[in-house]
Amino acid sequence: MNEALINTLNSLVSNATPLVIAAIGETITERAGVINLSLNGSILLAAMVGFAAALATDTLLLGLGAAVIVGAVIATIIAFSTIQLRRDQVAVGFVLTLLAAKLADFLGQPLNSASGPSFSKQPIPLLADIPILGHIFFEHNILVYFSFVLVIGCWFWLFRTRPGLAHRAIGERPEAAYARGTSVNRMRYVYTAVGGGLVGLAGASYSLSIKIGWPSIISYNGDGWIALAIVIFAGWHPFRVLLGAYMLSALRAAASDIQKSSLNIPAELLNTGLPWILLIVTLILVNTGQIDRLLIALPARMRGRFQALLKSDAPAALGERFEAS
Amino acid sequence: MQIEIRHIHKRFGSIQANDDISIVFPAGRIVGILGENGAGKSTLMKILSGFQTPDEGEIWIDGQAENYRGPQAAIALGIGMLQQDPLDVPAMTVMDNFTYGAPGAFWLGHSHLREQIQSTSAKIGFDLSPDQMVNQLSIAQRQQLEIVRLLALGVRTLILDEPTTGISSDQKEQLFHTLMELAREEGMTILLVSHKLEDVITLCDEVIVLRAGKLVGQREMPTTKSELVHLMFGQQLTEERRNERDIAQSNIVLQLDDFTVETQRLSVEPITLSLHEGEVVGLAGLDGSGQQPFMRACTGLMKGAGGRLRLDGEDMLGRGYGEFRRAGVAFGAAGRLEEGLIAGLTLIEHVALSQASDHWMGVLDWQKAGAEMQTRISRYDIRGAGEDMIEALSGGNQQRLLISLLPEQPRLLVIEQPTRGLDVDSVRAIWGQLLARSEQGAAILFSSSDLDELVTYSDRILVFFEGRTHLIEDPSQTTVSDLGHAIGGAFDSVQGEHVRA
Repeated sequence: MNEALINTLNSLVSNATPLVIAAIGETITERAGVINLSLNGSILLAAMVGFAAALATDTLLLGLGAAVIVGAVIATIIAFSTIQLRRDQVAVGFVLTLLAAKLADFLGQPLNSASGPSFSKQPIPLLADIPILGHIFFEHNILVYFSFVLVIGCWFWLFRTRPGLAHRAIGERPEAAYARGTSVNRMRYVYTAVGGGLVGLAGASYSLSIKIGWPSIISYNGDGWIALAIVIFAGWHPFRVLLGAYMLSALRAAASDIQKSSLNIPAELLNTGLPWILLIVTLILVNTGQIDRLLIALPARMRGRFQALLKSDAPAALGERFEAS
Repeated sequence: MQIEIRHIHKRFGSIQANDDISIVFPAGRIVGILGENGAGKSTLMKILSGFQTPDEGEIWIDGQAENYRGPQAAIALGIGMLQQDPLDVPAMTVMDNFTYGAPGAFWLGHSHLREQIQSTSAKIGFDLSPDQMVNQLSIAQRQQLEIVRLLALGVRTLILDEPTTGISSDQKEQLFHTLMELAREEGMTILLVSHKLEDVITLCDEVIVLRAGKLVGQREMPTTKSELVHLMFGQQLTEERRNERDIAQSNIVLQLDDFTVETQRLSVEPITLSLHEGEVVGLAGLDGSGQQPFMRACTGLMKGAGGRLRLDGEDMLGRGYGEFRRAGVAFGAAGRLEEGLIAGLTLIEHVALSQASDHWMGVLDWQKAGAEMQTRISRYDIRGAGEDMIEALSGGNQQRLLISLLPEQPRLLVIEQPTRGLDVDSVRAIWGQLLARSEQGAAILFSSSDLDELVTYSDRILVFFEGRTHLIEDPSQTTVSDLGHAIGGAFDSVQGEHVRA
């Protein structure tokens, strides 16, 4: 296999990692019935704080920890204002995303383009020696490995454990969860905070791994919204989240390749325009059921599988408040 | 187990939902809980099953005072409730629903639970397959799942809230058979909350009647229907029948020829039907048998798939709701708060909205709307004030408002489930209004899951089963139980003809 291609795939995996972590975080939150719309701002603020903390202490783990706390705190504000204060989740999330982004801008000024610590690659012994795949998946830093574990762990949690069953139920039908003895609102706090913490971690993985420093991550501004779209595209399923993030990352890599070639296509269109247009088209196809019409073109045998793969039903109680009578 | 409740009080705002109620429910008995809407029966059952806590009073279980909070705690004491809309998670499998709430280890996938579903359901004659998704099940199957689940959790007292709404008569028979066995052989206490007197009379050993939050009567069965009605309402209801009229002579309002409707799930077989002025045709069938798309196609809300649809002779197939409305078609949706009325608006705003086209350049005349509201409140006996938010009204009053908003003299009135969930008083008021319109020449098409209502008010009944239809020409010759069988697909059991000759 072409070495350049393998290298591209390697960087594709590492570039997709923050999207994977953020989208899994949001999946965890939304599976519990809460929408955290603050992703984009949370990521920026967490990236800034994470980098600043790592720089100040010269300890990467403290940087990560600070970023996780930022994300979790913002998410907890959302949980508090929607559960306790009964505000609208969308409105609160939207305001917070703007606020966090501005705050990152303002508070991050002293950091301007300072150089600081970053995660270095640590190939996994043995696994990295596997031909082709080893280089693509196992020559990365620890954040990338964490994203693998996260996706698999999230899947196991949701679909193979008892608390995961309750987790899904509070997003699907909180009344039924309550009737079975689950403290719906308490668990919503927990999952919102955990999901928010992961969003914070995603922020730090931009500023400590992908584009080191602040405000260089600004070129990835918008990824929070993309992560939200990936969750929908993925039908709230961890493995499809991974797939969605990698597809998007591939699209970006392809765009930058095309741009380097002599084709006369404006860079802006490819870099920012194309992913969004494709996202919108996919979301429309998946969420309006139009996909079923397109699938008719396929042989009947394959149709069912594709339908199952593309099925995208939101948690039924997503965004709904729950109060025990 | 024996449950005794002593001096239970529960108040919601200004409403005393339960007022000093004391009853003993002995083991092994099936007790019916009767009462008008808002009589307090649901509140009492929710208190027993832990969904609500009483303001005052005690619950004694097998001679011991118990103080519990939450449904899970009630289940642990042996009291479980099957809600009218079963409290399951539709997007999960039967197995997941069964597992969730049952004690067990961290990891899922224990085969003993799978066996437990099968053995418990086999024991009481249910058939549940663990891997089916709950959203693919019928209401009856979802009830079975909940019952099996509660039994497996060791429940000794089972409370059922309106369990026969939305299930076929065969399914009802099976359910009642199971409940009797559970009471007779297992010594379980069964509490049945119901509007339907027939159900209570068929099943129960004993009936308690609530009115306005108070316990007003307790009777050993058998007793007569009129006695129960008397207890529920404090007055005797007369069985009403419609005046004989000669409809065949009047003009045809709606003419359908080989009219078909298709949805993604179902196609309704061609229907040929003439609906005359003043005629009332009831549509019977289980949910999802085709009556709903059929009604919507008759109002232009959905497009008919084929055949002809003529309103007063004019071809209307393929036209939109707006044109149907101008042609005199009015539609009342089953989802009162979802489609018919607008939550968050007051009564006056609803009236103003219904007359929006009269306003000069869209400016609302609030005085006129207010005056109009007052006349409607008194004419339709709506209990509420013009400034009240719509969701503050009871179901019966919402429905009265909905009817009052329909045009006074429609040509064709299409109305889904006009009296679903309402008490007998409201039902009579609603039908009074509907029949007044029909006497002025409106043709009425209504759907209902109440067989008595269909037989009482329809001139003809169109029965739907899985998209097939069957027309009963003379409902007065049809018994409620025959109609019940027809709804379950046994068209041969009733006289009449297939609409498609």
